[in-house]
Amino acid sequence: MPAEARENPLSARMQLLTGAEAAAHAMRQINPDVVSVYPITPQTPIIQTFAKFVADGEVDTEIINVESEHSAMSAAVGAAQAGARTMTATASQGLALMIEIVYIAASMRLPIVMAVGNRALSGPINIHCDHADSMLARDSGMVQILTENAQEAYDFMVIAPRLAEHPEVMLPVLVGQDGFTITHSAEPVSLLPDEQVRRFVGDYRIPYPLLSGEVVTQGPFAMPDYYFEIKAQQVRAMQAAAQVFDDLSEAYEAYSGRRYQAVEGYRLDDADRALILMGSSAGTAKDVVDQLRAKGEKVGLAQVRLFRPFPAAASSSTVSASSPSPAFSL
Amino acid sequence: MRELKSSHQLPIGGAVLAQSAEPPHTGGWRVGEKPRVQLDTCVNCLLCWIYCPDSAIKIKDEAFLGFDYDYCKGCGICQEVCPTGAIKMVAEALVLPPLGRIEGESDAG
Ligand code: SF4
Ligand code: SF4
Repeated sequence: MPAEARENPLSARMQLLTGAEAAAHAMRQINPDVVSVYPITPQTPIIQTFAKFVADGEVDTEIINVESEHSAMSAAVGAAQAGARTMTATASQGLALMIEIVYIAASMRLPIVMAVGNRALSGPINIHCDHADSMLARDSGMVQILTENAQEAYDFMVIAPRLAEHPEVMLPVLVGQDGFTITHSAEPVSLLPDEQVRRFVGDYRIPYPLLSGEVVTQGPFAMPDYYFEIKAQQVRAMQAAAQVFDDLSEAYEAYSGRRYQAVEGYRLDDADRALILMGSSAGTAKDVVDQLRAKGEKVGLAQVRLFRPFPAAASSSTVSASSPSPAFSL
Repeated sequence: MRELKSSHQLPIGGAVLAQSAEPPHTGGWRVGEKPRVQLDTCVNCLLCWIYCPDSAIKIKDEAFLGFDYDYCKGCGICQEVCPTGAIKMVAEALVLPPLGRIEGESDAG
């Protein structure tokens, strides 16, 4: 957690939440139109918690329970295309099964937000953390943010719809939180007031919703000539997402007092050794860096939060500008 | 052919807006045979219209007219379902009247 968040006077609404619960609270506050899900093993309590909010009437969301994760993503594509703000959640094998449709969501430019509990792929069957599941989606055209703790899992779930739906982006966004380490560990989380989240997130708008009445063909066949024009659009959208990520981080800071960078340098000044990490391990490693620094060792850390689009320029300036060693140039 | 549009001119996500695309005359994929109809045998049941997978049977006010060769793919399903034998697949090269309509006594074509 960034230092300013610890002392943030706005953080009056601390609650003891797991990362899964924190993500579900963000979804409750966003109140998406549709959440399509299938709880394949290993799932996380994200949807379980959110389903309770639906059952208790705290949101208007329609939960679509389907027969597989492939169908969950397919239903999400249909819902988003119809004009509904759509979310889903998955983990591990479930994400693996969704991948085919993730490519379709990205190419159809559907701003679906996906909460992921990053868990190892089978086998052996395993419910603990590993980023191999979201790495499967690395080249799918889905923006990927990997968070450090429950607070970040919450914050980025709030930021994600705006990033996904930004007119220059219009891509699905994955918000990953490490399986078990974040999904199932309770820690103090500061939630924004509901109305602030709704104001921050705003209304859902996509250019050609199927329910608009406008005549439009979606998901057509394209010969190689047009296929590459559509892919070129996707590449530009992915590149634009890096700047939009920074802009939204700044906008979100005004609400939360917490500011996130695509790549965060931690005590890298004069470091002669550094780790480059993503996810919860970065939080642990920051403590180790502090301990080693206290012993006089020149160590630091670069934490990658935005994995897709990969912030190559920021990574290389974060690491190499602060460290003379070429070993840290990316 | 219309000029190809660039990624900067196209709607995102592959969306095709109304009237923006050239009509795709898929009838060009037809090989070998095309259907023709012997009009005096047709009883206007419209089974061909129901079964044609390419909506290539033309009708007007519920009356059978003939074939839209811009879209007919020559599958022969209309011949199979026609209960009177009015439809027959003939060589692609055979010159036919418009819409494949053969007037007059049966067995022509
Ligand atoms: S041959 Fe096939 S495509 Fe052509 S009109 Fe008959 S049913 Fe339709
Ligand atoms: S199926 Fe045969 S009889 Fe019926 S409308 Fe078509 S051509 Fe005429």
